[in-house]
Amino acid sequence: MNFDLTEERQMLQDTLRRFLKDRYTTENRNKIIESEAGFSADIWTGLAELGVIGALFGEDHGGFGGAGFDIAVVFEELGRAGVVEPFLDTAILGGGLIAALGTDDQQAMVEQVIGGGLHLAFAHGEPTSRYDLSRVQTTAKAEDDGIVLNGRKAVVANAEAAGHLIVSARESGAADDEAGISLFLVPAEAKGLTLRGYPMLSGGRAAEVTLDDVRLPTSARLGAAGDAFGAIATQVAAANVALAAETLGAMETATELTRDYLMTRKQFGRPIGTFQALAHRFSDLLIELEQARSAVINAAGHLDTADRDRQIASARNLIGRAGRLVAEESIQMHGGIAMTQEYELAHIAKRIVMNDHRFGDTDYHLERFIALSAA
Amino acid sequence: MDLSYSPEDIAFRDEVRAFLAEKLPKDTAEKIRNGEELGKEGQERWHALLNEKGWLAPNWPKEFGGAEWNAVQRHIFEEECAFANAPRIVPFGLSMLAPVLQKFGSKAQCDHYLPRILDGTDWWCQGYSEPGAGSDLASLKTRAVREGDHYIVNGQKTWTTLGQYADWIFCLVRTDPDAKQQEGISFLLIDMATPGVEVRPIILLDGTHEVNEVWFTDVKVPVENLVGEENKGWTYAKYLLTHERTNIAGVGASAAGLDAVKRMARAEMSGGKPLMQNPQFAARIAQVEIDLMAMSTTNLRIISKAAVGQAPGVEASMLKVKGTIIRQEINDLARRAAGPYAMPFASEMVEGDNDPIGPDYAGPVAAQYFNYRKLSIFGGSNEIQRGIIAKVKMGG
Repeated sequence: MNFDLTEERQMLQDTLRRFLKDRYTTENRNKIIESEAGFSADIWTGLAELGVIGALFGEDHGGFGGAGFDIAVVFEELGRAGVVEPFLDTAILGGGLIAALGTDDQQAMVEQVIGGGLHLAFAHGEPTSRYDLSRVQTTAKAEDDGIVLNGRKAVVANAEAAGHLIVSARESGAADDEAGISLFLVPAEAKGLTLRGYPMLSGGRAAEVTLDDVRLPTSARLGAAGDAFGAIATQVAAANVALAAETLGAMETATELTRDYLMTRKQFGRPIGTFQALAHRFSDLLIELEQARSAVINAAGHLDTADRDRQIASARNLIGRAGRLVAEESIQMHGGIAMTQEYELAHIAKRIVMNDHRFGDTDYHLERFIALSAA
Repeated sequence: MDLSYSPEDIAFRDEVRAFLAEKLPKDTAEKIRNGEELGKEGQERWHALLNEKGWLAPNWPKEFGGAEWNAVQRHIFEEECAFANAPRIVPFGLSMLAPVLQKFGSKAQCDHYLPRILDGTDWWCQGYSEPGAGSDLASLKTRAVREGDHYIVNGQKTWTTLGQYADWIFCLVRTDPDAKQQEGISFLLIDMATPGVEVRPIILLDGTHEVNEVWFTDVKVPVENLVGEENKGWTYAKYLLTHERTNIAGVGASAAGLDAVKRMARAEMSGGKPLMQNPQFAARIAQVEIDLMAMSTTNLRIISKAAVGQAPGVEASMLKVKGTIIRQEINDLARRAAGPYAMPFASEMVEGDNDPIGPDYAGPVAAQYFNYRKLSIFGGSNEIQRGIIAKVKMGG
């Protein structure tokens, strides 16, 4: 048993933390969030050059990491700094799916992703699918040696910046079947593809995607026809580790900000942290923070094991609860200042809470944990 | 990062399992599983079996006859014992007094008392708390006045666990009433058979006799029973408390308790289906199981640090708070799982061979629920622990 980071991961963590501390100040981040693109190309390139994207892929795909703990280390740091750049969408989901299923030709895109030269988006969720991974009603029909896609995709993060959208569509089976789902690489400029873009509450941008008779060659299919669900579940599992770690990182920042505030803010002639009502509640946040850290370790450590899904459901349920507590209590203990947009905690608290809306919230993961435990 | 045990740890775990399968008396395990009291003889029988194997004193150095296990091994042992329904080792002599004697006692004290702790000659109890000194332990008032080669002790201790069985008590007494609170305290060993020592039972809300008041009226204690230096007792007391906090998370006990709740919930019916399938109950079980999965890893993280010599500090306080919240939640689930059959007050059933009223698992759960409210009160209440965490982490 050993809970220390390897030397390489420790170095990655140090480098990333330093880079973000210098470059990703609250002021810069607020500018980035308000920008038209919703993220910074400079930051993206800088982090790609540091090898941050490469750390998310295995050696056989041109990276130097890709394991659960690599993902956890990177995303914890991104979370600490409140980074809004789309590493989850371009690297873990987009790049990860191509790495898992792509032909040799398609794999070239992974290289571009690692180099920082290509953005991707995973267009999977639909207006009525909520968090159900197998509920796909977008259709893919064979026609004239090609394929025609029709349907709608909801809240597709990073869709506007993506060179390609990875679109899930049903080739056979009922709306909830795991079998029959395929993935397609849809170029941003494809005819019949329409995006309605918008900013998200916790930073970054997403779009409602409409596919209206989008015609593709069969070579646009990623993996075997109707057989994509396993790969989707695997990459979503990795995304859940990333989201859990990112939330943990943001929780660390929230508790550090709160600690500093409790020690410096004076009322009634003394630092407010000396009041027991606040001190004890702050202690509870620290306890939950350690629980969250353990949950991330459990999820990351089981990413490649048979117990993967149960461990991930467990971790995300715990982090959903602990995260909400940390976000709400941090705001409450700060008081009015935390209600302002320019104060750092505002963005961090939003990241924590809104992460619970991606790939299953606290309740969804509790239900899933129960189902998987009974199995 | 490596979440699995080393081959050596696994070999050790297998050895512990084999030992428990062979040596743990069936009737003892049955009593523990049913939440029955083991009594002095039952406890001593288990101690003797462990001592025969050399496992009674896991944390003692080898020179004193201990097993000198590292923190990971101790954790494995505790966990396996919990799952096998083995009794917990009574800690007062073995893991509270002994480390103090080994560090601060004289050679004569070590030579005399340590072997008698191991072979069960002496049953020790702890004389710390007083009616007016609970969380604020240093405000204790029991007086020891030096007269020649004796101390004369007067005062009262309380919450003395299993004091009714004890041959000896280690006590914090005030030897200098004029010094600052923490500086006038000494650490004294007192023979319970000395005239003037009186033990009065306190019956707890679940009907059990677990704790006592111990009264001292002009009790003569030889000066050689002083541990270390006079007026330095607070230092020794604090040292003891760090040992009291090993295995503070109670992960093994909680895991075993959760298994028991699940067994009950599969047997109990609600709306024609096993209670386990009731969405509300299933959700509560799942939530506490998830909390326990994380705490188990938190515990291992701290243990693996302790195994390489880093002392747990504020982490022990965090484990105490979370660990007791989880255990109390599990006890609450057990009580609820039993339904109406949680209501019969079964203290007589527990001790005798009577047929149980209702399902056999239902008898002790409500009493245990009330008994385990103690977990967040003793060993430094959870409020005290939160105060420690805040103080350390806020640097205030």
